[in-house]
Amino acid sequence: MTDLWSLFLSAAFVDNMPLTLFLGLCTFLALSKRPESALGLGIAMTGVLGVTVPLNWLIYRGLLAPGAWTWAGMPELDLSYLSLIAFIGVIAATVQLLEMLLDRFFPAVHASFGVFLPLLTVQCAILAGSLFMVDRSYGFGESVVFGLGSGLGFAVAVVMLGAIRGRLAYADLPAGLRGLGIAFILTGLMSLGFASFAQMAMSQ
Amino acid sequence: MAARIDFWATLTDPLLRQNPVTLQILGICSALAVTTSLATALTMSVSLTLVLTLSAILISLIRRHIPDTIRLIVQIVIVASLVIVIDQVLQAYFAEISRALSIYVGLITTNCLVLGRTEAYARHHAPVPAAVDAFGNGLGYSLILLTLGGVRELFGRGQLFGWQAFPLADAGGWFTPLGLMLLAPSAFFLLGGLVWAIRSWRVEQTEALEHVPPARPMTVE
Repeated sequence: MTDLWSLFLSAAFVDNMPLTLFLGLCTFLALSKRPESALGLGIAMTGVLGVTVPLNWLIYRGLLAPGAWTWAGMPELDLSYLSLIAFIGVIAATVQLLEMLLDRFFPAVHASFGVFLPLLTVQCAILAGSLFMVDRSYGFGESVVFGLGSGLGFAVAVVMLGAIRGRLAYADLPAGLRGLGIAFILTGLMSLGFASFAQMAMSQ
Repeated sequence: MAARIDFWATLTDPLLRQNPVTLQILGICSALAVTTSLATALTMSVSLTLVLTLSAILISLIRRHIPDTIRLIVQIVIVASLVIVIDQVLQAYFAEISRALSIYVGLITTNCLVLGRTEAYARHHAPVPAAVDAFGNGLGYSLILLTLGGVRELFGRGQLFGWQAFPLADAGGWFTPLGLMLLAPSAFFLLGGLVWAIRSWRVEQTEALEHVPPARPMTVE
């Protein structure tokens, strides 16, 4: 149990997707102008990562990994090179399904952050979640925890950046630094802050 | 399409005036992650330019046959297949660099730059202009990547392409490596500074103020 908890913490803070691994930065920067839209994005990310990583684990273990077809008499069959296409397909389907379900059963939720859902198909953080899961050979339980943890870490980071940028909209910045420029520098400062989590993890 | 397309402008526009990374916020993830050294930045630039150009040509060739409703899926499948090929080639011939790039080659699939260009340009244009546009954007991306990679490797290790440009203090030289340059925050700072520099030079790229500040009361001297 403690292993899963520490995996959750490290996925959320030490290996924070946008701030230390540079993943999902496009949407991270594009949708963080307001805390409200940032929160919507964060929730959508957590949901999609929490679903797709375990789902891709099942597909990888059941169909693609070397030796997955032993039961059918083909122990040397290795389809792992297909994992990229399979993962992207699963992610696109999940996103689509999630959007339809939300629209049907929770129209209010769908109205508030449904617009971000289609964007998530091409979000590198989500694909990376599945690729890391294969790379680090997680088990099923670990992959659930890892997906939820990294989604939460993304949500925390994007809401914080959204809050800061909301304030900075009133600041008198040099013209060239307005918008994207200052967003990068803010992200850099936050990333310095998150680097301290890595130090804590190391000193434990 | 009767209007002649200015190939030169299509090719050079994305270098500075319409740079995909600093103006359109496309493809940033990989731009920052792989720039700790020039060699990885160069590999990434070449791979991305290749995938971008090839996918633009392919998609532009079949652009009249893709139904609008499923075009995203079609585009992603084409891009993903190309990326798989590149990934396998890198693993076979450049094993070391492939390991350094880890999952970031696979992530070209979801690089918003590739989908952004196929979606915005290749889908409506003939193969040749689409290829030129994609190649130009690939060059613009490479320019930023190589600048960042060069600065970070030079100041982080005192090297360029692994060649010792500055003699290190440990080895009797004068240069003390700046460890921060190899860490994540410096990539953000450098790119922020680069955006600032480009926008100070090309003033038309600055973003409009969202709130107009009230006029300052005149101070009485």
